[in-house]
Amino acid sequence: MAEFLSLREAVSKYINDGDTVAMEGFTHLIPFAAGHEVIRQKKRNLTLIRMTPDLVYDQMIGAGCAKKLMFSWGGNPGVGSLHRLRDALENGWPNSIEILEHSHAAMACAYDAGAAGLPLAVLRGYVGSDLPKVNDQIKFIECPFTGERLAAVRSVRPDVTVIHAQRADRKGNVLIEGIIGIQKEAVLAAKRSIVTVEEIVDDLNAGVNACVLPSWAITAVVEAPKGASPSYALGYYDRNNAFYKEWDSIARERDTFQAWLKKNVFEKGAA
Amino acid sequence: MSLDFTSSEMMSVTAARALTNGMTCFVGIGLPSEAANLARLTHAPDITLIYESGTLETKPDILPLSIGDGELCESALTTVSVPEMFRYWLQGGHISVGFLGTAQIDRYANLNTTLIGDYRAPKVRLPGGGGAPEIATNAKEVFITVRHSRRTFVKDVDFLTTVGFGRDGKARDNVPNIGRGPTIVITDLCILKPDPETKELVVHLLHPNVSREDVINATGWEVRFADTLETTPAPTTAELKVLRRLKARTTAHHASQH
Repeated sequence: MAEFLSLREAVSKYINDGDTVAMEGFTHLIPFAAGHEVIRQKKRNLTLIRMTPDLVYDQMIGAGCAKKLMFSWGGNPGVGSLHRLRDALENGWPNSIEILEHSHAAMACAYDAGAAGLPLAVLRGYVGSDLPKVNDQIKFIECPFTGERLAAVRSVRPDVTVIHAQRADRKGNVLIEGIIGIQKEAVLAAKRSIVTVEEIVDDLNAGVNACVLPSWAITAVVEAPKGASPSYALGYYDRNNAFYKEWDSIARERDTFQAWLKKNVFEKGAA
Repeated sequence: MSLDFTSSEMMSVTAARALTNGMTCFVGIGLPSEAANLARLTHAPDITLIYESGTLETKPDILPLSIGDGELCESALTTVSVPEMFRYWLQGGHISVGFLGTAQIDRYANLNTTLIGDYRAPKVRLPGGGGAPEIATNAKEVFITVRHSRRTFVKDVDFLTTVGFGRDGKARDNVPNIGRGPTIVITDLCILKPDPETKELVVHLLHPNVSREDVINATGWEVRFADTLETTPAPTTAELKVLRRLKARTTAHHASQH
């Protein structure tokens, strides 16, 4: 059964320096509150995994939490670059980071294989691409039945996965609605998991085929209202697109980024 | 040519016209998304639009800023998980057209969205592949829309993120279960299509008021022109009206959020 913890306790107890951490949410339900708590607790040398690094990893990388990033698309959607990620890659600030780069299809398959307990995923992918030349976790294998050449990628098995969801019930069962992305696979692929939720309710009111993660498949549940903002939680609040645009100028310079981080992360306690 | 329109509008309208009813289109964010929704709001009301966030048959009233805005999910027939999207719907063969943008494109329609310069010491780091590498091979065909400039249209891409026809034009030869690849490239100056034999991109239509020299000056290789070079039809009043309303709605919506 999942433990109910505060955000501070959950991050302190289940995320260690040097861990491989996946914080997922495919352009929806992005666990910002948890990311900010990781920054406040000054976790270091993390290998961060996320299909779409987005602003939350830009902030964590700029704050010095990461030594390595595994991703498939690292931008500010519809706006442009992640300037903190670029500063780390192009100039090594605040520290240089290694990258391991995939396509979305491969990374989705790698999580899926992780959830299925397999060492690898197989897909019809990477044909003609240079990505296999720079990522040693992409190989090609021959189908034993048809002889077709297929891509094989190492499965993703994080130490800890963190996701945000709409609701948990009082037993710790979690309901995820809307764009469910890769969250279920990311939780099931990981050794430990933290799920932050908008609210804890008596009854999930989940449809029979809803995306529900049972309490016994989750390590910790944390109530964190607005925990996905400036991303969104379907049924609760919209994506703050204006902030996503503003982030471009905040993150462009180190000074403005650090001032933002101080005011909005370090000087704010965990919810 | 009495109508007043910008080169961007010309590009969006032309890209929209490439899409038809009955297509199932996997839509990239940005220019492809604008063109795909313009098609849906004009001549192709029954086109199926799919975004990689998992939204099947989405009908947004405004253009999303990201591929996962709530608008896409709420207006969709249904929303599936990301692995299901890529494995069953794309790899499974249900997508007729992949519609992509890019940062760099070369003469064989290979796309680079990874970086400029050396991989370990990039001059400019770009977002990366995203869905494109497999959209480009698993969709039945690929449409590309991108602004035309020497920085974008290069002889050889710095990094081959997403295959068009490979460094030699032959990357798809004898590969089983692979789509036809790029069949049309729509820019703000012209329409290019791959040569049936060599797969090199050739200019087939020039947009109104665009000269051969304009295209030559904006292309980083000695670009070829088709023997019969035609002029792309200008946008109609109706197309421009729908496009401008869509963009105005989108701007107002995004500005009103928080």
